[in-house]
Amino acid sequence: MGFVSRGFRGRRRADGPPGRVPPGQYVVTDFPVLSAGPTPDVPLDEWRFTIAGEVDDPVSWSWDEFRALPSERVTKDIHCVTKWSKLDTDWEGVSLDVLLDGVDTAAEYALARSYGGYTTNLPLEDLLDGKAWVAYAFGGAPLEPEHGGPARLLVPHLYFWKSAKWVTGIDLLAADRPGFWENYGYHNYGDPWLEQRYAGD
Amino acid sequence: MAAAVDETPGVRSLVLDCPGWPGHLPGQHVDVRLTAEDGYQAQRSYSIATPADGTRLTLTIERIADGEVSPYLADELRPGDGLELRGPIGGWFVWEPALGGPLQLVGGGSGVVPLMAMLRARAAAGADIPARLLLSARSWDEVIYRDELERLGAGGGLEVRFALTRAQPPGWTGYARRIDHDMLGEVAWSPEEMPRSFVCGPTGLVEAATRALVELGHDPATVKAERFGPTGGPG
Amino acid sequence: MSDDAHVDGNAVGGMMIEAFGAEMTAARSCCAECGTVAALGALLAYTRAPGDVLRCTGCGVVMLVAVARPEGVRLSLGAVRWIEPPAGPPAPAAP
Repeated sequence: MGFVSRGFRGRRRADGPPGRVPPGQYVVTDFPVLSAGPTPDVPLDEWRFTIAGEVDDPVSWSWDEFRALPSERVTKDIHCVTKWSKLDTDWEGVSLDVLLDGVDTAAEYALARSYGGYTTNLPLEDLLDGKAWVAYAFGGAPLEPEHGGPARLLVPHLYFWKSAKWVTGIDLLAADRPGFWENYGYHNYGDPWLEQRYAGD
Repeated sequence: MAAAVDETPGVRSLVLDCPGWPGHLPGQHVDVRLTAEDGYQAQRSYSIATPADGTRLTLTIERIADGEVSPYLADELRPGDGLELRGPIGGWFVWEPALGGPLQLVGGGSGVVPLMAMLRARAAAGADIPARLLLSARSWDEVIYRDELERLGAGGGLEVRFALTRAQPPGWTGYARRIDHDMLGEVAWSPEEMPRSFVCGPTGLVEAATRALVELGHDPATVKAERFGPTGGPG
Repeated sequence: MSDDAHVDGNAVGGMMIEAFGAEMTAARSCCAECGTVAALGALLAYTRAPGDVLRCTGCGVVMLVAVARPEGVRLSLGAVRWIEPPAGPPAPAAP
């Protein structure tokens, strides 16, 4: 390994309960804020969520329409590719099963788009069957802008860069297209349990 | 690490001896990397506080509450301990006496560190370069290098003005608010004097000050900035 | 749309030496989107992220993205029209 800084221990990190934490991760109790750009300022009366792309008719919700949809409160572990994991995080949101209900498509891929220009891609099936939400609350309170509020995508079974902050829609695609971090060297899929951090892993 | 110097209750300078150091210019910084026994690493950048001096360089560390690296550097590191550095880094936010002046320095909190390297280089060169420093701090006790700045300021050729944003000593006649357009209008060199300007500190302060200098008529190409991030930074 | 959480290209000077093999904060870049010319050290930098993102000071578009992979840093170019080396003698730089 090489040089060790005498007496340095680093931030409070733990291994976590066995089996709960993917390889190479450590558990934190704070909630680090990571961002590729400025925090967008999205007034709720202008917010929209739109499903478009390989569909006959795009569907779109205003904030009020979105908040009127059936929602759920879920507790999930989240894993960031920068190696921190946070266990038992508490979210409230609308399942992608609800949002995609009635959307007819042959598309197999999805590209999530965010206010501010961020994108991330994933197979459509990774958004379905209780695996993904558009979340508007964290820890029982409205999601703060620095953590992606008004609403973010939540896809906890993949590295957290796939849980796009400030999400504004999903494009359904016939062919896979890399999003922001996928384009710049991160793994196209991002399964934390297979430690798929970088392209080529 | 060779020695430590307490600058203020929250700030400590580390005098480092770095064999093979190639020298550096005022304004440059180093990346410091800490490695724990389990291999975990953390890295932060620190501006060099002193002009080139053989194998010696000084870093000034502000202890950030809940920080990961700064408490180790400010409290744990002992003389004789090793420290992994990468540097010197930076070629844009640099000044040396040969570049001339007048020199306009604007800093906030620990943003004074690279500016101090510039002022110390100016003093060491005996350079007759007019300079002005506007330095913002929360209180008089939190002004880093305070005594040295007062000494350098008394020597002529350097004017130092302070803006104390949170608490002021009794009888304080200096500025008692954040650096703004009007303040810079009062204390900065005029654009006609064509100063070289260096602004360093928290991002908010840096952006307000650089915007103000440009609004006051300074050529943007003569105003260089180094942002330290939000007040308190990652620590 | 403003926030304090960004820094500037000075903060990733070490990464740039790794990627370019030379001190680059004084190099100048031209934004392909809006034409703003700025020193790399002056670009807005978002470093609290899975990589370092450098954005144009004029229009905010992404110009450079650095990802530290196990085999070394990968520096990707976004909206960059050109980069020119700095004028004048080089500053000392980390090897």
